[in-house]
Amino acid sequence: MEDILNLRYALDTFYFLVMGAFVMWMAAGFAMLEAGLVRAKNTTEILTKNVTLYAVACIMYMLVGYNVMYPGEAVNGFWPGVSFLLGAENDAAEVVAASADTWYDGAYYSGRADFFFQVVFAATAMSIVSGAIAERMKLFPFLTFAVIMTAFIYPLQGYWKWGGGFLDAAGFQDFAGSGVVHLTGAAAALAGVMLLGARKGKYSADGSVHPIPGANLPLATLGTLILWLGWFGFNGGSELVISNAGEANAVAAVFVNTNAAAAGGVVAALVTARLTFGKADLTMVLNGAIAGLVGITAEPLNPSPELATLIGAVAGVLAVFSILLLDKLRLDDPVGAISAHGVCGIWGLVAVVLSNPDATLGAQLLGAGVIFAFVFVASFIVWGAIRAAVGIRVSEEDEYTGVDVSECGLEAYPEFTSAGKV
Amino acid sequence: MKMVTAIVKPFRLDDVRDALSQIGVKGITVSEVKGFGRQKGHTELYRGAEYTVDFLPKTKIEAAVGDDIVDQVVDAITAAARTGKIGDGKIFVFDIEQVVRIRTGETGEDAL
Repeated sequence: MEDILNLRYALDTFYFLVMGAFVMWMAAGFAMLEAGLVRAKNTTEILTKNVTLYAVACIMYMLVGYNVMYPGEAVNGFWPGVSFLLGAENDAAEVVAASADTWYDGAYYSGRADFFFQVVFAATAMSIVSGAIAERMKLFPFLTFAVIMTAFIYPLQGYWKWGGGFLDAAGFQDFAGSGVVHLTGAAAALAGVMLLGARKGKYSADGSVHPIPGANLPLATLGTLILWLGWFGFNGGSELVISNAGEANAVAAVFVNTNAAAAGGVVAALVTARLTFGKADLTMVLNGAIAGLVGITAEPLNPSPELATLIGAVAGVLAVFSILLLDKLRLDDPVGAISAHGVCGIWGLVAVVLSNPDATLGAQLLGAGVIFAFVFVASFIVWGAIRAAVGIRVSEEDEYTGVDVSECGLEAYPEFTSAGKV
Repeated sequence: MKMVTAIVKPFRLDDVRDALSQIGVKGITVSEVKGFGRQKGHTELYRGAEYTVDFLPKTKIEAAVGDDIVDQVVDAITAAARTGKIGDGKIFVFDIEQVVRIRTGETGEDAL
């Protein structure tokens, strides 16, 4: 029996680690998607933001965020208490000495693997913000926000659901994070966008919208497909177990549904764009894929593949219209992050009731409302404080020259450089 | 010596280049440019917002040639680049004051 327990532990630990690695790869997806949708003169800077925010998230979540989100002993359903640094790993000998009947109630996989899987989720939530504020925000104030977001804002609302806090107790369901991760990221992004203002030249006084086309659609497409691949880890890993037949089947269903929802989102966005504008807009199609993935993330296990496709399709349609709506409201979001992750995150939470008998519309709306309100208000305060202290927007001149030159001192696509003296 | 500058539709570049080699033009400089004349731009769409693109991609070909073959060069380019549709482009002929081959220092007609 001990052999079996060893194997289960090893398999589930392996599963967490590999799925976590897939989610880490989503950082590359976001980086490429955003790099493709900004102008050439702002490419290096967005890439720098993406790589550094990932690193900041890893460090802050290790230092304090993980313990806030998953406290050993919480103070109460609203406040987890604060502690620092990761705890000890499970003792391997103790682990396999446990009873086989209650195996999954105990420590059935490595503690470090749990942290690894969770830290990449924190980084993903933070990464959603970087696209919405692209092309006009200063780098270090952004990273300052990232420190607070990954140390505190994300973990606290995460505690309320996944850490066993009051939202969990209220029956709120969120399998892999349509609310905890995606709506959270979008709410923080929205607060930032509102305080930052639109890019110069995007909106004119008469209300017309001027496109600022992205410089590299191959990169944007590559980024989207990388995110799609990474999402199998995001949703698949959130099943949390694979080491028996039932769970293996569940994981397979999650993979299939995740894929189906993305496909539904793509087709729906394509058709919607074609009908609304008369053209097939690739950037809308890419947003549609992500919208579908976000939409299924709250419940990728229970739906049939057909229902999953439909859920993704509804998200795809919502994404297109909310992108247009945000422009009408003069909220400049160069990559559609608030629409794909926020609006479709809420849809994902609501759609849970279509297939999960334990979910109630009331609890889902409660969760959506609480997460949005808390993250938006907390982010607004933090962004506001940073803005008051050091400013968050680059100067007008720097915005015209491009933030690559002003913030990073280096161009993404250099031309006419001199070779120096030979 | 004359500098013949031609703005043509990009897909005619190979035909123009072949035509020029056939009449003995030994070298050309090519650049990708944008412009418009009577051929108006078109509207594009990005995430639901329309914008007009006035500038169309063209190819600029520059060839420094002797006075004796200027007319042949102009005719060759015209024949190779013409499609009959609006936007075929234009040819400008400038007088060249001096030409120098950098490697050898030759000047004038010898440098062409």
